[in-house]
Amino acid sequence: MSTTTVPGPAAIGSTAETAPDPARTRRRRTLAQWGFVAPAVLFMLLFFGYPLVRNIVMSFQHYTPSTFFTGKAPFNGLDNWRNVFGDDLFGKALWQTIVFTIGSLIGQFCIGLGLAVFFNRRFPLGGVLRALMLLPWLVPMVVSGIVWRRILDQDTGVLNSFLGLFGIGHTPWLTSTHVALLAVTLVNIWIGIPFNTVILYGGLQELPREVYEAASLDGASAWRTFRSITLPLLRPVVTVVLVLGFMSTVKILDLVLALTDGGPADSTQTLGTLTYQDSFVQLDFGTGAVVGNVLVLISAVFAVFYLRANRNEGK
Amino acid sequence: MTAHPPNGPWPRRRRARRPVLVALTAASAVVAGAALAGCGQSRDPGVYTVLNSSTDDSYHSWDAATLERCSKRLGVTVRQQSVPADQVMTRSLRMASSKSLPDIIQFDGSEMPAFAETGGLLDLRKLGVDTTDVPQGIVDYGSYKGTYYGAARTVNTLALFYNKDVLEKAGVKVPTTWDEMRETARRLTQGHRYGIALSAGGAEDGVYQFTPFMWSNGGDETHLDSPQVVQALDYWKSLLSDGSLSKSTINWTQADVNDQFMAGNAAMMINGPWQVETLDTKKSLHWGIAQIPVPRAGEDSVGPLGGGELTIPDIGDTAREKTSAQIVNCLTSEQEEVTYALNSWMIPANRKAAAIWRKKVPSLSSLADQVAVARSRTAEVGSGWTSVSLALQSAFQSALTGQSSASALKHAQARVESGK
Repeated sequence: MSTTTVPGPAAIGSTAETAPDPARTRRRRTLAQWGFVAPAVLFMLLFFGYPLVRNIVMSFQHYTPSTFFTGKAPFNGLDNWRNVFGDDLFGKALWQTIVFTIGSLIGQFCIGLGLAVFFNRRFPLGGVLRALMLLPWLVPMVVSGIVWRRILDQDTGVLNSFLGLFGIGHTPWLTSTHVALLAVTLVNIWIGIPFNTVILYGGLQELPREVYEAASLDGASAWRTFRSITLPLLRPVVTVVLVLGFMSTVKILDLVLALTDGGPADSTQTLGTLTYQDSFVQLDFGTGAVVGNVLVLISAVFAVFYLRANRNEGK
Repeated sequence: MTAHPPNGPWPRRRRARRPVLVALTAASAVVAGAALAGCGQSRDPGVYTVLNSSTDDSYHSWDAATLERCSKRLGVTVRQQSVPADQVMTRSLRMASSKSLPDIIQFDGSEMPAFAETGGLLDLRKLGVDTTDVPQGIVDYGSYKGTYYGAARTVNTLALFYNKDVLEKAGVKVPTTWDEMRETARRLTQGHRYGIALSAGGAEDGVYQFTPFMWSNGGDETHLDSPQVVQALDYWKSLLSDGSLSKSTINWTQADVNDQFMAGNAAMMINGPWQVETLDTKKSLHWGIAQIPVPRAGEDSVGPLGGGELTIPDIGDTAREKTSAQIVNCLTSEQEEVTYALNSWMIPANRKAAAIWRKKVPSLSSLADQVAVARSRTAEVGSGWTSVSLALQSAFQSALTGQSSASALKHAQARVESGK
């Protein structure tokens, strides 16, 4: 191996520690670093950047089926935005999305946390039960939706037959404009419990045992221990669960389509179903893009919260 | 210790890294290329593609057999590509933008105008598709703004299905007017069994089912808030308030309605002939079929026309398009229509084929009468039908869950007008 590979003026004055040609080496290194980053950046640009920009541009265009033939989508300024924000249905869908998301998160998180704490103790068959808990997660969303639609049927559904034993078997789960959103939320809670349980359970397993021992030596009650030790220590995991839960809930589409199709009378219409309806039923892609952008914006705001929370944890 | 050894390996590693870099860049480029391409495939001469929604096993095999026969007759290969019914439109649009349209697309009649409006469909008559034996109503069904774009092989409509045993036991006749139907439904409602089932679901199914009530009463989709439409919706409400119709009706598709009827949870139902295949799987069920009752005795029962239409998209290759027209001619020939109609329990579009079919299935002849006067949903509003449909769904669901029919329909009409 040659040890005199670096000739030229750059070698002059080089020490044992630095490279013979610092500028060139740095350039090479930068190039190499970019080489490694490039695929990721390209991927992001292609699959996230491009669609996002397109979606934003599309929301200012009159984008109809003809566009697919001619490639022409004339810009129409704020028309699409005005249409969407002037539509009662948008306000309704926004409100229902908020209620649905908050309701789902509270339900999923509370039950998920309860179950995680429960499974955190060791007991016979605990592992088996924990595995069974994952089932709702494994069932495809559309299948869950269709099965639940049958379960919740007012006359022939299993749930009402069961409730009938107690004399309260006539709940119009999916057929009343007042109850349908609640029913959809409850089904979504059922779907979201395993995710919350698994992540929170993982978090609980990581908590240091000594703190609990100290607490029990101090004679802290179970509730006090949970409130003053478990919850604060679990905070980073809680943030992750809630933010991820939020982002997957706010864009809900498949479950609603399978359960109620947004009905009855638009009472379960969410931003997700609205953008679907605008784009793929009405074939007015510009309007659909507006609703889509609102959804992206909402998610982005929460993503920022999430990143900030993470950064604070790091400090 | 020399000054250089630590740096020694560098040049070599650098040299070794360059290919890695190249490989990475190349890989990225391939990914990018694959994403951007995937379009503009060239068409294989002699191989023709039909895009349809025959994802159902039996439909897929019937179509395969039909296409096989037509392939032989024309000396070409015709393949089918089946996607779920609600994806035919979006798939076709995507194919249009990537210049890879199939040779023939089978659209649902209510969707065809939206695609025709783009100018992407060809006039079938100019390509040599003959309509002499097709009744005017069905020609209109396949037309948009006076041009014939869609050739139906078979059409369907809605009818009143009834459980013969239940009606016989109760000693009631098959109803022919709204009042009779309301009365019969009330009498047949017992225990877990409702008098009638229909779909008022929040999708095209529900709207399809509402149209015969709206139209037979003289109502029209251009004036959703007219008294005739309000009356029709009030009639639905009366069935619900009598308890003859399940409240779940607003969450049912037409397939759900059929399930309810088959399970004995409904004595009568509004549904289409495409359910017959399923109905006949239950041997113990004796069902009959009749025209949908009319508001007043002696009036015409006006039902909706439904069913797929074969269209030829503009692919910019006249020779190919002419062959596609021959394929359409073959698929809509008397013999093929009868075969397809007998399989799928629908009614042949061609007049002569319908006559043959009537003799073979006399039990469904009332359907053939209904088809003769049935109406196309898009004849008046064209590609505006989807707005009407969405507004109407919301309106009847609001009305069936408590709002007054008049205010719900007024809102619907306003919604349609503001959308334009």
